[in-house]
Amino acid sequence: MANSYDVPRVPSVDKIAADERAAKFKTRSIKKEAKLKGLKLVISMIDLTTLEGQDTPGKVRMLCRKARRPMLQEGLPTVGAVCVYPPMVPVAVEELKGTDINIAAVATYFPSGQAGLGERIDEVKRTVEAGANEIDMVISRGAFLAGEYTRIYDEVAATKEACGDAHLKVILETGELQTYDNVRLASQIAIDAGADFIKTSTGKVSPKATMPVTLVMLETIRDHFLKTGQMVGMKPAGGISSAKLALRYLAMVKETLGDAWLDPDWFRFGASSLLNDVLMQIEKQRTGRYHSERYLSIS
Amino acid sequence: MGKKTTTSVRDLLFGDLWEYAPAPQSTDFVDLDDAYGHYIDGEFVDVGAEDSFQTINPATEEPLADIACADEATVDRAVKAARKAYDTVWSKMPGRERAKYIYRIARMIQEKARNLAVVETMDGGKPIKESRDVDIPLAAAHFFYYAGWADKLDYAFPGAQVRSLGVAGQVIPWNFPLLMAAWKIAPALATGNTIVIKPAETTPLTAMLLAEIIDEAGLPPGVVNIVNGKGETGAAIVNHDDVDKVAFTGSTEVGKIIQRAVAGTGKKLTLELGGKGANIIFDDAPIDQAVEGIVNGIFFNQGHVCCAGSRLLVQENIHEEVIQKLKRRMSTLVVGDPLDKNTDIGAINSREQYERIAELVASGEDEGAEKFQPTCSLPDSGYFFAPTVFTDVTPSHRIAQEEIFGPVLSVLTFRTPEEAIKKANNTPYGLACGIWTDKGSKLFRIAGALKAGVIWGNTYNKFDPSSPFGGYKESGFGREGGVHGLLPYLEVR
Amino acid sequence: MAKAKNTNRLDVYKTFKLYIGGAFPRTESGRYITEETHKGAFVANICRASRKDFRDAVVAARSAHGGWAARTPFNRSQILHRMAEMLESRRHGFEHALRERAGYSKADAGAEVDAAIDRLLWYGGWADKFVQVFGATNPVASPHFNFTIPESTGVLATLAPKDAPLLGLVTSFAPLIVSGNTVVAIVDHDHRSIAIDFAEILHCSDLPAGVINILTGYRDEVLDHIGGHRDVDGIAVFDATAEERKSIGIEAADTVKRVHFYDTPKGGDWTADEAQSPYWILPFVEFKTAWHPMGY
Repeated sequence: MANSYDVPRVPSVDKIAADERAAKFKTRSIKKEAKLKGLKLVISMIDLTTLEGQDTPGKVRMLCRKARRPMLQEGLPTVGAVCVYPPMVPVAVEELKGTDINIAAVATYFPSGQAGLGERIDEVKRTVEAGANEIDMVISRGAFLAGEYTRIYDEVAATKEACGDAHLKVILETGELQTYDNVRLASQIAIDAGADFIKTSTGKVSPKATMPVTLVMLETIRDHFLKTGQMVGMKPAGGISSAKLALRYLAMVKETLGDAWLDPDWFRFGASSLLNDVLMQIEKQRTGRYHSERYLSIS
Repeated sequence: MGKKTTTSVRDLLFGDLWEYAPAPQSTDFVDLDDAYGHYIDGEFVDVGAEDSFQTINPATEEPLADIACADEATVDRAVKAARKAYDTVWSKMPGRERAKYIYRIARMIQEKARNLAVVETMDGGKPIKESRDVDIPLAAAHFFYYAGWADKLDYAFPGAQVRSLGVAGQVIPWNFPLLMAAWKIAPALATGNTIVIKPAETTPLTAMLLAEIIDEAGLPPGVVNIVNGKGETGAAIVNHDDVDKVAFTGSTEVGKIIQRAVAGTGKKLTLELGGKGANIIFDDAPIDQAVEGIVNGIFFNQGHVCCAGSRLLVQENIHEEVIQKLKRRMSTLVVGDPLDKNTDIGAINSREQYERIAELVASGEDEGAEKFQPTCSLPDSGYFFAPTVFTDVTPSHRIAQEEIFGPVLSVLTFRTPEEAIKKANNTPYGLACGIWTDKGSKLFRIAGALKAGVIWGNTYNKFDPSSPFGGYKESGFGREGGVHGLLPYLEVR
Repeated sequence: MAKAKNTNRLDVYKTFKLYIGGAFPRTESGRYITEETHKGAFVANICRASRKDFRDAVVAARSAHGGWAARTPFNRSQILHRMAEMLESRRHGFEHALRERAGYSKADAGAEVDAAIDRLLWYGGWADKFVQVFGATNPVASPHFNFTIPESTGVLATLAPKDAPLLGLVTSFAPLIVSGNTVVAIVDHDHRSIAIDFAEILHCSDLPAGVINILTGYRDEVLDHIGGHRDVDGIAVFDATAEERKSIGIEAADTVKRVHFYDTPKGGDWTADEAQSPYWILPFVEFKTAWHPMGY
């Protein structure tokens, strides 16, 4: 294991100015064809998620079917992935056969990550074997806050190795890291250790994804790309439940990373109720009338 | 999901994959008159036999309204009305009553905010985003802040007795038309003075809407008089014998003329003039926020900002990085129709200003500085100027010394804090400076050494009614905002 | 045992020179003004300062400004206090000078020296307080820490009062230097020599060279050069005439200089309370407002 990892020096982040910058994307006015196109893009970027103690195969089947067919109307993309707990992966595999929809699973003793590295690695391997092609791992926030950056690096690298061909999304749980400086450093460590995606939150801790936190992570991705030529994906998760907010995130991606990241390969939303709000807005665009959720299937 | 690949093209493409559709602010609720005269002694005075001129929309070059040009007789009428109102009503009114009038104005500005924002943008060319989110809310906030002072003046200056001055003559610029009117009118009213104010000739419309608000608010006739006109009208106000106080915001050139004009008259004077602000970026700065601060410092309001961070001083060892980041950031700026909600940079306020900017930019190129402008398509009509950055600038260049008052940034480098201070202070101006560093001790030391009235540490172009604003050296004297903003309108004993 | 005074002994005349940059140079012009006592007796051939002397004094004041402004307010306060001590210890010389040269009564001379000492002490006390009284923290509507502090304007010319040879001079510079300004004082009245006597007090008060420079001469002669001097940041004028108000104001505009005409107290009584005020510090300070974000 690489003990030679040098903790990177990352630029400091001024919170207030970063907040102000992120808030500016909220003033982007996205109307008409831009809105419709953006909304469709959002659908394709959703990791449709259920991560509840009360999840059952039935619930996951319902979710997968919604993922395949968001609404009766034709011409809409499928979502980017469904995201479930490891035991639910076989159900999703079964339900999503023959589609392009990815199967993401939260491994590494989500959401706390409080288990030995060996146990976490085993879970990742089992989950990949069960058919997940995307693994959402959590970092040990405790280790990070204790300054054990090399350990974070090593654990992410080990998890990445265990993933094999599956893609690795590294959840920083930014709500527990608290400062933007921590977010920037954790992002860089995760990227250095081989993360395919970096992700804000488990959804179990507040604050969940916020625009400024996502901006700080996007800027880390940008600087890494400009330095190495290597693209890394971004997934804000939790708290993004309205189409309007999702479009603001897209505007932020567009103006921070450019066109290449406006793609489900490089940007995802971790969300559950977002999908139906997007569908409502699409109907509004199509019919000119405000829509009601009673006409939409639940997931 | 994307295969992790390393590309050789290491730049970001800010292309048209997902473009923002036009998002025009509707204007159908805006009801402008064909012509505007003056507001004197509580009456709207029609355009009469005086000269008039047109105010145009700089984004379309189409006329918006005819504007009367007050001659000396009209100014005299306005001053007489102000004097009468001062003597008979306003100076005698208890502060708490004055306060309520000013509060009314604040509230009404909020009520009519969108209307004011749209007119501000149409008349002046600034992006609707800024007039909506900055100019108008700050104008209302300014009236709110000073309204509260009207009955608390005895507590403002320890050990002193204060008295209003009388009639204030005020001349304001075109870059923040309503906001500058608020900066002038609110403290003058709060301190018990009456007013004759002249808006800038290219942006008179929101002042006339403010006259309507003042009328609706029921201010006693003559307390606020608004006269339109050009330089001669301003001179007539400044030179009027019965004006006790002159407040001017505008160019240093005109400021000097005014300072000469009031010499020996005993009129109290405040000047808020030009600037050539240094925005200093150290290598330990929060770099992405600093880049944002650079953009905000120079491209806010098309750079028509006296406190603009128009000289960027970058520590030499991060020059390349900062410039690359800045250029990338600039290529995401939306330039165009000011009424579009997504526009970041609107129209240059007038043809005259456009030509001045173009002339200075040409001089920068002639003198050997390197020009960068992002690719952006500018509208066919109207006065639009692409955001511009000059690198390889030295202090001897005109673009490093003269106020451009446009979206044009001159980049210089420095090696040590001492050199940064020297370069920042190497100007006859002294309005504002920015400092970007993560190190508090460095920031405070440099803030102390800079000869400028406003120091923005790890931020730029922030304004607040409670925060005093004004310059050192040839950027003028006197402060607007905060408790210090009362001083120019009071006799303190 | 003390010997009886030799009535045949000839007095030694004192040569009064200018005070520039902590030194006592003669005027570069070589010109002089003959000063007499109120009774017409010879006092001295006083330097008649020229435009070039003014220029030299501004150079001295400019080079002193950075250091003086950077002194701690406490230190500036101590130095004004030291001036008061020095004046107190040599008060008899000044009382004598005021009586013999300017024709003061014993009581009036004592009162003027008392007031001059007390005024130095009083302004000295303001050095580390006026920032608190006139500065502010401003409650802005955003997550920023925002404060305003007064700082010195820079290099000032002060046209000292035409009366009160000692107290007038003290009054003309004390409110200016407490904040960190440096000054060139122009002294134009019939008893200029007392100003140069006072320069000797300054000279032994730990005052850094160039903080106060004293030129004796004629206001009219240097007036245009003061207003037109581009390295002068402000002009304080006492006992201004109407013409001076106008001409100084016009010249000052060339570089947007700060100009303040101080009111002459009633009856020209510079010992009056109204001749000193913390508000007399304000015309020559610049308010600097700083913003900084608060967050992590």
